[in-house]
Amino acid sequence: MAATTMAKAINAGLRKALENDPKVLLMGEDIGKLGGVFRVTDGLQKDFGESRVIDSPLAESGIVGTAVGLAMRGFRPVVEIQFDGFVFPAFDQIVTQVAKHNARSDGRTPMPITIRIPYGGGIGAVEHHSESPEAYFAHTAGLRVMSPSNPLDAFVMVQQAIAHPDPVIFLEPKRRYWDKAEIDEGLDLAAAPSPFAARVVRPGSSVTVACYGPMVRTCLEAATAAAGDGVDIEVVDLRTISPLDVETVAASVRRTGRLVVVHEAPVFLGLGAELAARITEECFYSLEAPVIRVGGYHTPYPPSRLEEDYLPDLDRVLDGVDRALAF
Amino acid sequence: MTADGGPELVQLLTPEGERVHHPEYDVDLTDEQLRGLYRDLVLVRRVDAEATALQRQGELGLWAQCIGQEAAQVGSGRALLPGDFAFPTYREHGVAWARGVQPLQLLGLFRGVTNGGWDPHEHNMALYTIVIGDQTLHAVGYAMGMQRDGSDDAVICYFGDGATSQGDVNEAFVFSAVYNAPVVFFCQNNQWAISEPLERQTRIPLYRRADGFGFPGVRVDGNDVLAVLAVTTAALQAAREGQGPTLVEAFTYRMGAHTTSDDPTRYRVSADLEAWKLKDPIERLRVYLARNGWADSDYFASVEAEAEAMAIHLRDGCRALPNPVPTSMFDHVYAAPHPLVEAEKAEFSAYHASFAGGEH
Repeated sequence: MAATTMAKAINAGLRKALENDPKVLLMGEDIGKLGGVFRVTDGLQKDFGESRVIDSPLAESGIVGTAVGLAMRGFRPVVEIQFDGFVFPAFDQIVTQVAKHNARSDGRTPMPITIRIPYGGGIGAVEHHSESPEAYFAHTAGLRVMSPSNPLDAFVMVQQAIAHPDPVIFLEPKRRYWDKAEIDEGLDLAAAPSPFAARVVRPGSSVTVACYGPMVRTCLEAATAAAGDGVDIEVVDLRTISPLDVETVAASVRRTGRLVVVHEAPVFLGLGAELAARITEECFYSLEAPVIRVGGYHTPYPPSRLEEDYLPDLDRVLDGVDRALAF
Repeated sequence: MTADGGPELVQLLTPEGERVHHPEYDVDLTDEQLRGLYRDLVLVRRVDAEATALQRQGELGLWAQCIGQEAAQVGSGRALLPGDFAFPTYREHGVAWARGVQPLQLLGLFRGVTNGGWDPHEHNMALYTIVIGDQTLHAVGYAMGMQRDGSDDAVICYFGDGATSQGDVNEAFVFSAVYNAPVVFFCQNNQWAISEPLERQTRIPLYRRADGFGFPGVRVDGNDVLAVLAVTTAALQAAREGQGPTLVEAFTYRMGAHTTSDDPTRYRVSADLEAWKLKDPIERLRVYLARNGWADSDYFASVEAEAEAMAIHLRDGCRALPNPVPTSMFDHVYAAPHPLVEAEKAEFSAYHASFAGGEH
């Protein structure tokens, strides 16, 4: 099977979801004829019609708010927010309605809504097009937050998100849209691994590096570089950050004694903070060093000519590893 | 803006109880149906009064009164067919009544024993929505779903004059217009958004906002149950026939406070209240029924007796509403098991079990 980009893998996943369940609808800005600004929905309106692949007015709260009503009516809306920084007009609907309907109704009006958001930096974009807002959503009970790191996971996980009875914030690492890998389009979803389980993508013994989404490739590259220096990094792809598979990370840390958490999002109150607290609690006697966090700074996302200074890269990951090994 | 609603106001029953005719809207009701509307209005007002009293007695944490708006709510609620779906704010007690939600089910939210209270699918009425205007988009989405199901039903969506300033409400207007969704936007303009008068929300009459979105808007006397019924029925019918949305502005007045925590004496004059008392929705129907000999004093007394019995039931039922089991807060956070919620529930239970004699 030919290698496929992540963008095309998600497209294939969306296509399968539309084929398998007539209640699945796609809605978003420019997702029809244009196929989305990243072409992730390319060709789907042509094949499934304007009633199921819906070009929406330019209003993010409207997109998510109408998805709530569609879900109440028994549909499975899959909505696209064009860029991470544009999700905030919909923040109220996501936090006060999407996340809380199931609890408010004692389970009578579940919200099987998938909210796809291309996120993260590294593409030289203008302001609001490079952010990593995952912590806001992970902090909200009622939401699940997934972020695939590679085409195969993206293909499978988008289908799992759509089929799931809970709302899922599906964060697509936009700078990895063009990464290629083979996907198995005939894959049986029921036999696929749970999207909520983290995965050790590179075994190692010196230090555990936990990451997700766009940073997985960066961390794997860092591991390859470190191997030449005799440092054996174990890389854990978290895959989903709510629920967070702490146990897979803890099992790794019990072997390595050290943990570095890497994400593009600002370090302060980010996922690394949560993971550090939980690993400290669970693995206190296994830890040889404090948990080290590598991530964005407590600044607005900078102008793109500075984004390489802002984003964790191979060297900053290795610097974090060095700091963990220094103890 | 005129205080009386202006010449565009659709009215079929004057405040003095005189039946008048309108070139476009009419209702043809039997005397039994008219008595039924009267009964609805009286019982809804009694629910509201009892709930207000229960709040004063400490049985409810809060109550959002609907007094003065009964005709707007009952008239529009009774225009709905069983398959239609209603999206309320938190004040639509009269709509809930019309949809068959038991008054006691309304109290749970305000007593703090639930965030919901009824099955939306059983009554085709969504749960109360507290964030201002959010439900308008849900209504449009639901109507879009009806379109895709090939349904002949329609959606009605409630909100107030304050909500018309919300972005979501304007987005709902846009979405409903471009998709021609079968939805009736029912705005109860009760003149006040807590302390802010209508002038803080708009400089044109609200029903005229619809023009800019490309669908009809109509202003109806919100204290005239017949006119509200006629206008809403027509708007719902237009929606069913594929003519898309309508904005109905029910011109009414919030006779009570915003909620039981509010103090309207700080921001409005009593003369306004006195003027609106003369336009009371119940009194005009009572006069109309009596004058035409469709209801006598025995009938009015029987409705009062029914209201009294219901009030007793409501008081007793409210006090008997059980507190939820503490661990229930962990139930239904997600539709499928979530390990963090399960772990926290177990931790919570273990913590309480650690005290001698069980629960702390």
